[in-house]
Formats: sequence, C-alpha cells, structure tokens
Amino acid sequence: MASSIAISLDKCTGCSLCVKACPFGAIHMANKKAVIDMAKCTLCGACVTACKFMAIELKKDSGPKKDLSGYKDVWVFCEQKKGVIQSISFELLGEGRKLADKLGVKLCAVILGSGIESKASELSERGADKIYLVDHPALKSYQDDPYTEIIVNLAEEHKPEIILCGATTIGRSLISRVAIRINAGLTADCTGLDIDPEERLLLQTRPAFGGNIMATIITPNHRPQMATVRHKVMQEAAVDKSRKAELIIKHYPEEVLKSRTKLLEIVEEISETVNLSEADIIVAGGRGLGGKEGFEMIGELAKVLGGAVGATRGAVDADWIPYSHQVGQTGKTVCPKLYIACGVSGQIQHLIGMQSSKVIVAINKDPEAPIFKVATYGIVGDIFDIVPALTKEFARSLKK
Amino acid sequence: MNIIVCIKQVPNTTDVRIDPATNTLIRDGVESVINPFDTYAIEEAARLKERCGGKVTAITMGPPQAESALKEAISLGCDEGILVSDRKFAGSDTWATSYTLAAAIRKITDFDVILCGKQASDGDTAQVGPGISAHLNIPQVTYVKRIVEISAGAAKVERMTEEGYDIVETPLPCLFTVVKEINTPRMPSFKGMMRAKSAKILKWTADDIEADPAALGLDGSPTRVVKIFTPEARKGGETLSGATDDVSKELVELLKDLVI
Amino acid sequence: MDYLLTEQQVMMRDLARKIADEKIKPVAAHYDETEEFAWPIMKIIADSDLFGVYIPEQYGGLGGGVMDMCLITEEFSRACGGIALGYAGTGLGTFPILLYGSDEQKQRFLPDIAKGKRLAAFCITEAGAGSDAGSIKTTAVKDGDQYILNGTKQWITNAGEAEVYTVIAITDKTKGSRGASAFIVEKGAKGMEFGKKEKKMGIRASATREVIFTDCRVPAANLISKEGMGFIVAMKTLDNSRPGVAAQAVGIAQGALDHAVEYARTRVQFGAPISSFQAIQHMLADMGTQVEAARALAYATARMVDSGAKSISKESAMSKLFASDVAMKVANDAVQIFGGYGYMRDYPVEKYLRDAKITQIYEGTNQIQRNVIAGHMIKESLKKQP
Repeated sequence: MASSIAISLDKCTGCSLCVKACPFGAIHMANKKAVIDMAKCTLCGACVTACKFMAIELKKDSGPKKDLSGYKDVWVFCEQKKGVIQSISFELLGEGRKLADKLGVKLCAVILGSGIESKASELSERGADKIYLVDHPALKSYQDDPYTEIIVNLAEEHKPEIILCGATTIGRSLISRVAIRINAGLTADCTGLDIDPEERLLLQTRPAFGGNIMATIITPNHRPQMATVRHKVMQEAAVDKSRKAELIIKHYPEEVLKSRTKLLEIVEEISETVNLSEADIIVAGGRGLGGKEGFEMIGELAKVLGGAVGATRGAVDADWIPYSHQVGQTGKTVCPKLYIACGVSGQIQHLIGMQSSKVIVAINKDPEAPIFKVATYGIVGDIFDIVPALTKEFARSLKK
Repeated sequence: MNIIVCIKQVPNTTDVRIDPATNTLIRDGVESVINPFDTYAIEEAARLKERCGGKVTAITMGPPQAESALKEAISLGCDEGILVSDRKFAGSDTWATSYTLAAAIRKITDFDVILCGKQASDGDTAQVGPGISAHLNIPQVTYVKRIVEISAGAAKVERMTEEGYDIVETPLPCLFTVVKEINTPRMPSFKGMMRAKSAKILKWTADDIEADPAALGLDGSPTRVVKIFTPEARKGGETLSGATDDVSKELVELLKDLVI
Repeated sequence: MDYLLTEQQVMMRDLARKIADEKIKPVAAHYDETEEFAWPIMKIIADSDLFGVYIPEQYGGLGGGVMDMCLITEEFSRACGGIALGYAGTGLGTFPILLYGSDEQKQRFLPDIAKGKRLAAFCITEAGAGSDAGSIKTTAVKDGDQYILNGTKQWITNAGEAEVYTVIAITDKTKGSRGASAFIVEKGAKGMEFGKKEKKMGIRASATREVIFTDCRVPAANLISKEGMGFIVAMKTLDNSRPGVAAQAVGIAQGALDHAVEYARTRVQFGAPISSFQAIQHMLADMGTQVEAARALAYATARMVDSGAKSISKESAMSKLFASDVAMKVANDAVQIFGGYGYMRDYPVEKYLRDAKITQIYEGTNQIQRNVIAGHMIKESLKKQP
C-alpha cells in the first residue's frame, strides 16, 4: 500500500489552520474546504497536527516490519587530520554517550588513519566503550572511496543502530555516500538528538528554511539511523583519564583501500589566525562600516578578544573584505559563544547564518534595524565611537 | 564533453517572512528561484562547455512548475533541460531523491561530468550530490572551488577544506559539487532567454526512468518527518544606552564571563 | 500604467532591471565616489546582448528601435544615471552610422557595437560651440583618399573609453552649416589624443574628456554620407537620441522616487511614519504623477521615432525638456523628504539630484529645446494660414 493523504470533507470546517501550517504552501481553500496540491505536498504531516477537527488523514506506509533487533550500539565517526583528532569528534562522543546510555548499549568510536593507534586512548578518555580502528598508509588523509568502503564494511559486519558524524566537509561527503550504500536513513545538521524509549528510535531535530521551522525526523524501518551534527552544537565529552575502552583493530585487503580519486596535495591557507566556524567569538561588520577602514577597526576589537572577523554579504560584495569572512545564507553558518554585529542591519539571509549564536551584541545607529530583534544586548549609536571604546575597555579589563 | 547539471527549484529566501501573529511562514507571493548554490554549477557547466566543447544538460526533480527553473538554466548557457516529475516522487527524502536523479542520469547514459551545487538553500543537507554519485558508483569530489585541468578522461580540481584546499585528481565520469568561490555566474543573455522561451523541456516520469517503485517518494525514503514546529523566536534583549564610555563599561561587564 | 509593451520588450526591460538591481545598484555609490569608468558593468551589459537592442538583426543586433533603447536606459538610470550613460552615450555615437552610414560602414562597425565589444562616442561640442553648434572650428581637409582633421572637441561622453567616434567637422568654411561633414574615427588613429578626465557634479561614473585632433588622418571611406551632410547628420542624431535622454531622466526620477517612498514609509517622527502625514503624501503624489507623465511622453516620442515619422524634432525636444525638468524636481523633492539624511552622502538620494541636473543641460539645453519647440509651433501655425 502506498502512502496517501486525504481530507475528510465532512469534518473539514474550512478554518484554514492547515493552510497556515503547511510549510510547503501545498494547501489552499476552495469552496470553504481545504484542498491539497499533491504536486507540492511532501506528506510531512504538519497539517495533520494543526487540524483541530481530525479532518486530515495521513497514511504512511512503512512497509512490512523488518527485523531490526540485530542492530545495536551507537557509533561515532571520529575525524582526524594529520593524526590529530578533530574536536567535533569529542562533541559527538559527548552526545553519543547520552544516547547510548538511554538505549543501554555501547558507545563505539570509529577512526581511520595512518599511525594513529596511539590516539585510541584519547577516544576512551572521552567516553568510548569500544574503538574500531583501521590503520593504513592509504588512510592517512581523507579520500571518499576507501573511507566509504571501510565504513560500509564495518557497518555491515557489526550492525550499529546509530551512526553520528560531523557535518564537516569530510563528514558530509563521506556519510552521504555511506547512507546510500547501506540503505540507511540520514538526517543532516541535527541540533537536537533524543531517543524514543518505546520504539528505540532516534529523534532527530533539525532546522529547515533557515531555522524558521524545525522538523523532527525519524528512521522507522532502516538501520543504522544516521545523523550529522554541526560543529559547536553539542557539548564536548569531558575527559576521564581512568576510562579504558576495548580496542578492535581491523584490517582490510587492498581492494577495499583503493581510491579512484588521487589526493595530490593538501594546501593550508592561513589567511587569518582564527577559522570563522571554529571561533568562539566573532566580530562582524556590515555596510555600516563604510569601507575597508571600518574592517580594520573591528579587526582591532576581534584581536583583543581573540576572535575572528565576520562580514555580511553587502560588505563582501563591496570588496571591503574577502568572501571567506562572509556569514549568512551564501556564506558560513556560525554559532559562536559571542557574536558582535557592528553596522549590520540584520537581513534575513545574514540572520540565518548567525542567529544560533549564544550571545548576540548589536551596534547600529538605526534603532529600527532588524538585528536588534535577535540581539541579546543592543546599543543604538555610532559604531565609530562605540567600537574603539569597547576595544579599549576590553583591552583594559582583559589585562587585569 | 557531456555535462549534466543537477538543479533544484527553491523558495527565494529573500521573500520568506514570518507571520508575527501565528509564527508561521508567509508563503504568499514567495517567488521560486534556482537554488543559489546551483547557479555556480550552471555557470561552471557553461564555462566547461566553452573550454572543451560538448553539451550541457540541466536536470531537476520536482513539480511541473520546476520547468521554469530549467528554462532559466537554458538562458544561462545550458543546452537542454529534463524535468523528472511524477506524483510518485512526493515525500522523497535525500535517499529517494538521489536515487531518482541517478536513475534519470543513467538514462542519459553518455556523460563525463555531473555538476551539483554544494547544497540546497531550503534543505541545507548537502547529501543529494554525494548520494547521486554513490547510486551511480562513480567517483565524486565535493566542495570544488576550481577545475584546474580537464581532459577527455581525467580532471584535476581543488576541493575546499576548513583549512584551505586539497588538490585532487580524478578519472571521468565524476560528480563535482561546487562552492561559491568557483565562479561568478553570468547574467542571462537576451538571446539565451529567447532560446529558453522556445526550448522544449523533456519530461520524464517514474516509468520513463525505469525506477523501482519501492525506492521512490515517501515509500522509498528511510526517513520520516514526524513533527514540524516553529522554534521559539529569538527575542530581542536589553538595549543599553548612555554615554559611549558608560555603555562600553557596562557591556564589558556583562560579557566578562564569555570573554576570558 | 500599462504601456502595452511587446513580450520581447517586457523580457528586455526585465533583464535590464535585473542587471540594474543586482549589478549596478550595489556599485553605484562606489563609482560615483571614485569617478572610475564602470568597465565590469559594461562587460555584463555586453554579455546580456542589450547593447544591440536598437541595431538591426542583419548587423548582429536585436532589431529593435529607440523605444527599446529607452526601456533599457531607463532601467539602468534608475540604479545609476552615470553608468547608464556609458550605454546611452554609445547609442548616441552609433546613430550617425545607423541613420546615414553606408552598408559597408554598418558591416564594419555595427556588429562589434551590438556585441558591446566596442563603445561609441559622438563628438560635436567645442569650447566655442555649445548651444551654437554652427560655430564649430574643427576642420577636415581632403588629401587624396584621406581627410586630415584638426581641432578640439570638448566634454565628450565616453571619450577615452570608446573605440568608435563619430565626429562633426567643417569641410567647407564658406558654406556655413552646410559645410560640415560627419566622420568615423577609430581610437588609436594617429593624431588623435584625449584630454584629462573632467571632474563633474553628477554622472561621475561616466567618462568625459576632450578629444584633440592634430593632423589626424582618417580614410575617406569613413566619411558618413557625403560632404556637407554633417549638420543634418548631427541634428537627426540628436532628434533620435533625445528620447534616450528623456528615458535617462525618467529613470533617475523613478530611482529617487522609489527611495523617497520607501524612506517615508519607514522613517518615524512624532510617533508615526512620515508617510502618514499629508504634507509628505501630497509631495509623493505629485512626484509619482510627474514621473508617469514624463515616461508617457518619452515612450510616445520614442514610438513615433520608430514609426518612421519624418518630423520628430518638436516632440523629441518636448520629451527631453519635460522629463529632465521632472527629474530635477523629483530628485530635489526626494532629498527634501529625506530631510537632513538626504543631504548626507551616506544616503543615496543626493546623488540622484546631482545626476539629474545634467539632463537639463546636455544634448541641447532646455532653453534651446524651448526654442526648437516654439519655432516648430510657429512654423506649423504659419503653414495653416491661407
């Protein structure tokens, strides 16, 4: 039986609550009854929840129940670069620990690399019960083919029920391929993860439409349940030196390690001292800065705070600062502890990229600027007065 | 060189507004546009064609109105457009979407390069591009910021990383997802628009692409949306006022735990 | 107002609007400030095919007319009157070839202009010959199969940036205005130099320079029409191009008006948006009505030109006169609505006021336009006398 959605004309009162609730604009009113445009409908069910009269019936065909009992444990794919385990891995271990405890299963770290055996202890200290480690020169740096093959092989052999992965350039490239190969469900950029204790389902909550709505997603009938999480969304697992994990070293034949693409060179560009998406503090500027000199001014503040410099698209398009600094829809998404927006009006495209920052400070001379609607602290005034004063004041207070 | 560009029609986020009373999306008058990230893929395809000759085919999966996105792609340098559309695709997650697009691409048979934007602006998953290459079992390079060299059977590209970039060599056919740095998309040309106006868009259904019905739409999607809700809107906080020096002192004091 | 544009015209206008909004608007203040010539924008316009709208298809254009050029000029001017002039000035420089050039000359020059590969410029004004175009001093003397040009043209739009120059010079001093001829001179010709770039009040993104000819040899094949036709070529060119100036003025006025309405809507004083005050509402209403009237006159004139009407001088002068006066008034009122902010260069409206002023001056001052209009009216009345 295929999935379907239908509106009961008897029950529909024409209240149009469902029209407002539909995130895809697929419902309209005709003759005081709701009508669903099936070309736009994605069967998400938002209207079903919104309807107060139980007039919408959604039948989701989940197919014949599969036996999923063979799958257990929570896995975390741990990313390493040049043999250094990336902090995203510790954040995922922190979150994975909670999920594993709720399910009463083991937390397993998976790590691939070359000459990394000594790194296993770092993963056990961060809460892993079991570590799957594959060590081979071909795995020194990330390459799509061998990494995919190995994760596929491991998952098929050991059958985890959950795999978590960082929403990094590596993670997103790798895990999307793995999900297809092992026919698993994958949810990107989760901001919240939880367990439905009855069904043992992973509840994956993620923003959609630039964070304007949130969706909770499950994978009812496929295993493993896979999710990616952005950097800095979850808390790092605390270090417990006393913890010991079971280390399982796996070996794979050459054909598994083969790569069709060839990594010729890794180029590091140190254009600034702090990577924007890694930064705990970002001082960002918009068109209000008026030019390159304005960015020098906020650069001073960023330097004092040990933070990075961000920019709006307007400032980037005006060539005041390179694109690598752009925050927002067509730039980077960031969630630092502190985001100081200087002369930023707060266009929706910019807000999308920074509104999950923990504390937002907005400085703008226009009291009506939309940025103040999301700011924790707002200062209405001239950035050219306030920013230098702040720089001086922070420099003074940090010296103490 | 035969190039395929995968595009998606998305709501223009510039137009997306939230109804402050109901806290829901206001969809009225929201224009549909080509996913901004896909415009870089289209431009790169047009440039590859100018560089190496050949043909550019734009392909999209979506409702009938997505035809306009394909026409726009033609005005921007693509030669033809294929709309993969069927009610059976409703409710597709990234798994089923990449399956469907891969099936359609398989029907095209002869291709050297597949280009995709790094992600779509409405879903932001970045999963469909790699998904297509996995279904087709061809190599991929994601986050490509420059195609350095390209010939009949191989390419050398630069892939963006958090720290800089990797230089990667790959055999063709290969799928690339591209980032904004790769180019500046051109404006449509008037002659291109006229060509697009008269261009015939191929329309393929589930039957045409010989897809397994069980792998399509909601039924073919491992994931299910069980709840959609509006997050608590972020509230504006305190406004600090007073003389510059006082305000600065006050703010530094408020932030002292964050700034160490 | 619905001007019953063809489907093709709507597409052209929308494309021009897209370029204006996405490419010109973000850089308008930059080019105004630096006074650089906006080559990156010219390249974008070139790639869009819009340089060719008024050039026949057989010469690589889109086969439209003055109306089409007006639609495009208006859209560009809405974002920046100075950048728009790089486009419209090329039209002005091209008209002599389009209207009076031989097929060979058209084959030689129009395809590159249509593609935007080469810009054009029209050279008539001299230090002593502004409104009094009859007192041109630049000479062209025939020498075998060449002409030797001597003299200095002043305030030439696109000079230094353009590749193709149409130049009015005197070939026979004894014949007065019938002794003038028109020539095509290509940039790089020996004996052709450019003076320093002028510093202007407005339209600062456009390039204005002297063009100096010192024994500059031009092939006789570059003579447009025949000797003695120079003045007619010039007058017909200006008749054809004035609706373009009107369109530029309409665009500037519309741009200023758009800013004014938006500002009035969002600026709060005495606890209410200033758009709720009748004083502001009446200003906006007058501005809107004037812009629409100017547009209607400009379009009607452009369509009349395209229909092949023989006598267009009066209407062409009217469209330019009226639209430029409207631009000046509307931009002035827009600054007024912005109040103190309007006077600041951080805000966009004062630029519209500076840009608007030139449209009352160039291609014939508005006083000259009035002379032309009145002259025609009197002549027409005389003809009616038995």
